[in-house]
Parts: sequence; structure tokens; C-alpha cells
Amino acid sequence: MYDVVIIGAGVSGGTVARELSRYNLKVIVLEKETDVSCGTTKANSAIIHAGYDPEEHSLMARLNAEGNPMFDRICEELDVPFKRIGSLVVAYDEQQTAHIEALYQRGLNIGIEKMKILSREELRVREPNISPDAEGALLAETAGIIDPMLLTISLIENAVVNGCELKLNYTVTGITKEDGIFRITGEAEQDVEARYVVNAAGVYADVVHNMVAAPDFRILPRRGQYFVLDKSEGAVVNSVIFPCPDKGGKGILITPTVHGNILLGPSSDDLEDPDDLMTTAELLGKARMGVRKLIPSVTTRNSIRTFAGMRARPDTGDFIIREAPGTKGFFDLAGIKSPGLSAAPASALYLIGLMENSGLKLLEKEAFNPRVEWKLFLERSDEDQNKLLKENPLYGRIICRCESITEGDILDAIHRPVGARTLDGVKRRCRPGMGRCQGGFCGPKVQKILAREQDRPWEDIVLEKKHSYILTGRTK
Amino acid sequence: MKSKYDIIVIGGGPAGLAAAVEARENGINNILVLERDVELGGILQQCIHNGFGLFYFKEELTGPEYAQRFINKVNEGGIDIVLDTIVTSITVDKIVSIMNTEGKRDISAKSVILAMGCRERTRGSIAIPGDRPAGVFTAGTAQRYINIEGYMVGKSVVILGSGDIGMIMARRIVLEGGEVKAVVARSSFPKGLTRNVVQCLDHYDIPLLLSHNIVEIKGRERVERVVIAQTDEHKQVIPGTEKGYDCDTVLLSVGLIPENELSKLAGVDLDPKTGGPVVNESMETSVEGIFACGNVVHVHDLVDFVTEESRRAGRNAARYVNEEFNREGEYVSFSTSGGLTYAAPQRFRYSNLPDKLDVFMRVDKVYQDQFVILENEGRELARFKERHLTPGEMVKITAPKEIFTGCEGKVRISLVPRGDKT
Amino acid sequence: MKSELICITCPMGCRLSISGRPDEPIVEGNKCKRGIAYAKDELTNPIRMICSTVKISGGIHTIVPVKTDRAIPEKYKFQIMKLINGVEVQSPVEMGDVVLENVFDTGVNVVVTRNM
Repeated sequence: MYDVVIIGAGVSGGTVARELSRYNLKVIVLEKETDVSCGTTKANSAIIHAGYDPEEHSLMARLNAEGNPMFDRICEELDVPFKRIGSLVVAYDEQQTAHIEALYQRGLNIGIEKMKILSREELRVREPNISPDAEGALLAETAGIIDPMLLTISLIENAVVNGCELKLNYTVTGITKEDGIFRITGEAEQDVEARYVVNAAGVYADVVHNMVAAPDFRILPRRGQYFVLDKSEGAVVNSVIFPCPDKGGKGILITPTVHGNILLGPSSDDLEDPDDLMTTAELLGKARMGVRKLIPSVTTRNSIRTFAGMRARPDTGDFIIREAPGTKGFFDLAGIKSPGLSAAPASALYLIGLMENSGLKLLEKEAFNPRVEWKLFLERSDEDQNKLLKENPLYGRIICRCESITEGDILDAIHRPVGARTLDGVKRRCRPGMGRCQGGFCGPKVQKILAREQDRPWEDIVLEKKHSYILTGRTK
Repeated sequence: MKSKYDIIVIGGGPAGLAAAVEARENGINNILVLERDVELGGILQQCIHNGFGLFYFKEELTGPEYAQRFINKVNEGGIDIVLDTIVTSITVDKIVSIMNTEGKRDISAKSVILAMGCRERTRGSIAIPGDRPAGVFTAGTAQRYINIEGYMVGKSVVILGSGDIGMIMARRIVLEGGEVKAVVARSSFPKGLTRNVVQCLDHYDIPLLLSHNIVEIKGRERVERVVIAQTDEHKQVIPGTEKGYDCDTVLLSVGLIPENELSKLAGVDLDPKTGGPVVNESMETSVEGIFACGNVVHVHDLVDFVTEESRRAGRNAARYVNEEFNREGEYVSFSTSGGLTYAAPQRFRYSNLPDKLDVFMRVDKVYQDQFVILENEGRELARFKERHLTPGEMVKITAPKEIFTGCEGKVRISLVPRGDKT
Repeated sequence: MKSELICITCPMGCRLSISGRPDEPIVEGNKCKRGIAYAKDELTNPIRMICSTVKISGGIHTIVPVKTDRAIPEKYKFQIMKLINGVEVQSPVEMGDVVLENVFDTGVNVVVTRNM
């Protein structure tokens, strides 16, 4: 019997898990994929928004504004790369200038600090490659960029180190409630019983909600397609740059990533199937053309990857964070579209507050350890490097030459408390395969290391999903 | 390993090995070869097919045999080999920083030869739309899995790109019991060697779909299907021509890119046309005493030419160390036009030219019966007869030194059809 | 019967159009005499080099590359793979070591192509 079961190991579930691991509670996270951070969390713009954009008085506005300042501490504690590089919303004409002024005013009303309207000239000093047609921009200095996958892996690992349990490959197929106890049924898995349920099931949050609570919202999947450009293009912009928003959302943006690449996108494709993560030539082409309006010199010739993510858009227009009406103890953390990542730490606290009001006892643990360490070998001091090399010479062997990742780094990624079991799992923890060769050189080597360390045949190592096998057998 | 060498060669593939051997034959006995893999030979070790050495050794060898001949020579002495070691930086002063399981250290050299080779273009760089399942490999990665590690990458395969490695892998997969549904190429002509079209595809009844492209990959976990469509003369997809092919694997043979991240750290100027360093008649880069050869300079189709070019680099690095270099006079640059996309080397100093200069070039499409004409300030220097030119096969001309006498500025190289009066 | 071949004797890649009897073919499209010889060989006695790998124990890898030391008749190209797939050698081996002798009585051997 658990006190709390959290369904979904994305950034939402992860933040709640970590916050709950501060208390004397028996908590388990259930995740249907082979690893944590495999849904919406792995495929988005990786931005911590300043918070001027959501409708005033919405939950999105409140939690984005509260969440943004929390990232400095969280990222410091969890050793996750995070840079406050600032964001710009660019205006091309009078109407758009009026719009960014309205956004500025909205930001002031919400309580966002460090905003400024930049003139044509100021904009050019900050972003020399900006379109000559740009008249000005709204600068929000508190906006930042982050690695959301590493953040989530780190959150869950920290929760696990502090006593939380994690069950991967667990697809929830049913929930019943009897005598105040929830029984979660999994596909070919053991049932899990708990007093409280947190529904952080992302694009499936409505499905999970409807298993036990009265249907009262829907998730409308909206896909976003992106290009990732090589690090050689990394200097083309210095900030997160948005066009002036329209009805379709924040529009197609361009931003540096925290690892030095450039990200451009997303498209905005309304779909029925929440698992349809295909990219399409047409919409990628539109994204490319869209970004050229902001930065005319950008080309996708140095693209190293294209991908698509699915926004868990709620039909209510706002985050759905509440105890499900009529189902005491069942909490939705649903409809977490943008700015869901930015709001995540505040959303978790808000949710836990609601759970406490509903009777969850929060007794702090004496020995909560808030820290996670993620340093890659080559990011360490010379002294640390020498020490590590003596312990294990494999720290000296580079496996991924694009990102300078050593075999020691990969061993760490595999043997951590929430360790990697797939090629993508290794990639998200320490980046081999994220670089320009996209795993062409290091893929077989990482596979060999995984097989060796986990004593599994090569053929058993998958890319990410359960049946995403890489090899079909031996040749001889 | 010592802390000081006359010559450090970065890369123990065919280019690095030939350069090291040649430097030794020219009197240098203090040479270091640094190799990132656990063995010498580079990509040749996974190219187990034959067809290597026809020009250089006048016999047909497999990749490993070609490599073994050079490995045997390297092992004759005067050359230190350090394997399983990565170079993390090279400075203009030729301090080479390395890292391996013994730790990090700096080594200095009088001369450095860059021979890091190239890497493959990936799915990401050509942005093939669709799902992103397992089962999409670059041809070279599949080649490593099959020929070095001994694992099959799939049972039924579609190959995109008519580059040599793709065609060679098509045959390999069929011989190992797999099925190749088709080799698909955007261009209207094969990018690889004609003999590979015949020996790897025709002889194994593998269809070659020219002027086609993969427009979508389907399969959420593993590849299940690709959609292939015809392309027009601008390589754009013709709507309505889409056709599905069931398969579990996609191999990409869509181009190679010289790997010059280290060259950039050393401050070496790169040529945007080749993606490699700008080199002179001696294979010296824009940084004095740093030489480059093989696929790091420009992508070759025959290893025999890599060997020739690398011997040139090795010989000249030896001359540089022995202070026999002549730097009199200004550089004269080659500029290409009329169907020629680049020339390597890019420039030369007349004073330092050997008796004969080999210049490598590529064409943008198939040509028959052409002259390659060299001109300087309106004056024709020489013309070379070529019967058949194709983008898949490098053009090589051997120009006698004396034709360049008195040249200044730019030597223009262009194609002119035979029969035309010029 | 008419058939098409691409001559691979040189990089020209002439497209040959062949008619007449296989042993005395009428070849068109060839730009030199070698095209006729090529067509005749391909029609009467096509031969192929076969390169693959065999299992090895105790080596740096688990397989080692091999080839036929001369081309074998085309008809054996898949049969020989079955033989090759059954071979297992022990390290060390040297380039040229024979792992299969006189396959299908053709006089052709299968040899290792590197040291391991």
C-alpha cells in the first residue's frame, strides 16, 4: 500500500515525486515507457519562460511567474544546465509594436521583473543577425534555456535516492476506488494500491482521469516539429527569439540550446492521435521559412536532427491542477502545455498544497538529500580528472567524439540510481549521439558497453521503446 | 611515447599510414601516429570487399588487405603507434593534446599531418520526414555492425543514396541472407562508381531507382515501411508518384563530410567547396608545417588516390622538418568553373612545385568527350583530354611544372566540350 | 536473344547491347575491343569474387574477413556463403591463411584477409 502513486514520469510527475520525497511518505511513480522523460518532456522548446504571456489571473500565469525564479536553486541542486539568456518577442510594424507593449503591460500586471521594450538599435546590438524589418522587441531577461530531459531524470533520480519507487514499463489500464483506496491495474503487471493518485499522464491525462473520475476535460494533442542545428551555427542568436504571437500560439521561435546547438520550431499541428509524432516535409518547411522572417541568415543545411513533440493541450484553456470533482484523493496535474515546464516546480508545490488540504500528512524526513551530481569527465577540474582516472582509466577513453563523452561517463549513466537501459537513455543522460554524427560512430560502441555492463546480448539493447530493436541477430 | 616528435600524424587510416611511411622513407625516424580506434587501418578494416589497390598496387585487394600492407610497413620501425587515443586539440605551435586511458598529455611536434578522414551525413542532415524508429542507419554504421561486430542490422532493407558504401552494403546484406528491396537515389545518375552499380546491384538483381527519394519513414518502434516517390530534374518530389515499400531497415548513403573540428582548433583555413583545409602543392594547410591528406581534405572515391596524396603530404612534411621547403614567391590559386566543382590542391607556389603536379577535381554531372583546360590571365596553359567524366569518379590531371612558368593570381580550370573551338 | 550489360573494364561504363550466340556474341555500344571480351565472359562463364567474414575466437573481434582467392563461377555465389558461414577459426591468423580449400572443386580457396 502506497501513500501516493504518481502516473507518469515526465517533468510534472518528476517534480511532484521529488517534492513528496522530502516527506515520510511511501510514493511510487509508474511510467509506461522504458525510461523516464519519454513523452512531452523530451520534445519541446526547452525554454523556461519569463511569464508575461499567459492570460492574467490564469493558473498558467500564476504558476509560470512563481516557477521561473525557482529554477536557479533546483538546477543548482540537481546539477542541471540552465542559462538565463533572456527572450525577445519581435515586432515588425505598428500593430505588433502595440502588441508587445500590451504583453509588457500584462507582464507588469502579473509581476514579471526585468522586462524592457528594446528599440530597433538596441535589438540589433543584442541580436546582430535579426531581420532588418524588425522594429523593436520585448526583452524579458529572466527567460532561460534548460535541458528538460536531464532535469526530469535528475528529479526522479533524486526522488528515488530519497526513497521514492519507480516502475518503468508499467502501462496503467484501469483504476478503481474502494473504501478510500485506489487500485491501479497495469498491463500484465501487478496491481498497485494507494491512498492518493497523481495523474501526470501527459497526453493521456484525460484517459487516466476517466478511468476513475467523471469525465470533465479533454486533452487535444497538438504536435510541434523542430530542427536541431549543429553547434557550428550556435552563435547565430543569443536569446530565445519569438515572433509576435497570434492565435496559433507563441509562433515559430529560434533559440540556442543549453548544450550550444540551435533549435528552431515548433509547428502547430492539431491531431487526433497523441502518439503521432511524425515529422512532415510541409510543416518542417514552414518552420524553416517562419524562422527566416526572424533571422534571414539561418539555414537548415547544418541540421543534425528533426523531431516532433506533442503538446498536452487542455480543452479548458488552462492547466488542470486540482482534486478531481467527486473523486477524493485523485489529483489531476493535466493539460500541462507551455508554460508547463516553466511552471513545473510551482505546479508541484501548488498540487501538494491541495493534497495536504485533502488530508495528506506531510512530515518532513530528517535525512532528505537534495543533491544530484552530473558532471561529465571533461567538465571537471584537472584535480578531479586525475583522481577519477586513477579510480577508473575508462574515464580517459572518448566514446563520443562529437560531444567528448568518455566511457567512464557512459558507465556512470548506466550505473546511476535511475540508470540508462537503452541507447537513447544513455544519450539523454550524457549525450553520446546528440552530436553531429547522431550516433553513427558511437552507437555501436555504446551498445557494446550497455550489453557488457548489463550482461545482456547485443540484440536485446533497444533504441528507446520496448520493440525498437537495433539488430536482428548475429551474422555467423 | 615521447614528448617530442618530428612529425605527428593524426589518424591511423589509409591516409595517416601512407603519410607516416612516406615521411620515414624520406629520412624522418621520429614519427608518432595517433589513432582513436583500438587498431590501425581506419575505415578500410570494415571495407571487406575487394576493388582496392588497382591503381596503386596494380592488383585487386580487399580493404583489410590494403590496410595490412601499410600496417606491415609502419611496423618496420621509426614510427611510434599509439592506439585508443583521442586528440583533443592542436595548436598553431603544433602542441598536440591527447587523452587516453592513461590520462591527458601534451606532445609537441615540428610538423603535424592531419588525416582524420570524414564522417557520414545522417538522416538529420537531410531531414527525411516521418517517424523516428530504430532501424535507420548510415551505411557505414551498418557496415561496422555487419563486418566488424558480426551483427545483422535488418532483414529487409531499403537504401537511400547511390554512393559506393550504400551499393556495397546492398550486396553484403544479400550475401548475408537479407533482402534489399531497392536502392533509391535522388539524382538521375548513380553517385558511386559504375563498377559498383554492376557488381553490387545488377549482379544481385537489386533495383536501382534513380530520380526517386524516400519521402516518409513509417514505424513507431522499428521501421515498418518507407514511402518512395519520383523526383523531377530539380530533385523535387513529383506529387502522386508515391509508393510504399515494406521493410524493417533504411540505410543512408547520402554523402560524406570531411571531419575538421580539430583543424579549426589549429586555425587552419577551410575551403567551403570541399569542407576540408585549403592546401598547397605540398598538401600544406594555411598553417605552416601543418599538412593534411586523404578524406579530411576532400572526399575521395578511391583509396589509391588517398595513398598518393598522403605520400605527397608525408614527403613534404619530411622536407619541412629537414628545412628544405621553398617559400619564395606568391601563391597562385586554382579557380574552377564550367562543370568543375572544386580543385585540390587549391593553390601552389611555383618555386616549390615538383616536376609534376597532380590536381584532383570533381564534376557536377556526367560529361562525355571534354577538355580540361587550364588558363592564366587569358593564356591557355594546357588542356587534358577526358572521354568520360562523372561525379562519382574524381578527375585527376597531372600537370608538368613548366606549364605554370610565369603564372600569377588565378589559374582557371574549366571543362570545354571537345569539338568546340575555344 | 538480346541482352544489356554495362562494361566495367574501365570507368567509361559502356552500355553494351548483345545479340547472337553466347559464344560468338554480336556486341554493340562498346567503345573498344575489351567490351567484346567482357560481354563474352559474362555470357559464357560469369565469375565473381566473394568477400565475407568467418567466426574467430581469441581475436580482437569475433569475426575476421575472408575472400575467395580468385573469382568463382557465379552460380556458386550463395552456396559458398553457406560454407563460409560454417567456418570457425582460432586466433592468431594471418592474411592469406586458407580457411576453405578448393571449394566446389574449382581450385579456388577462401583466405583470411587480415592478421588477427
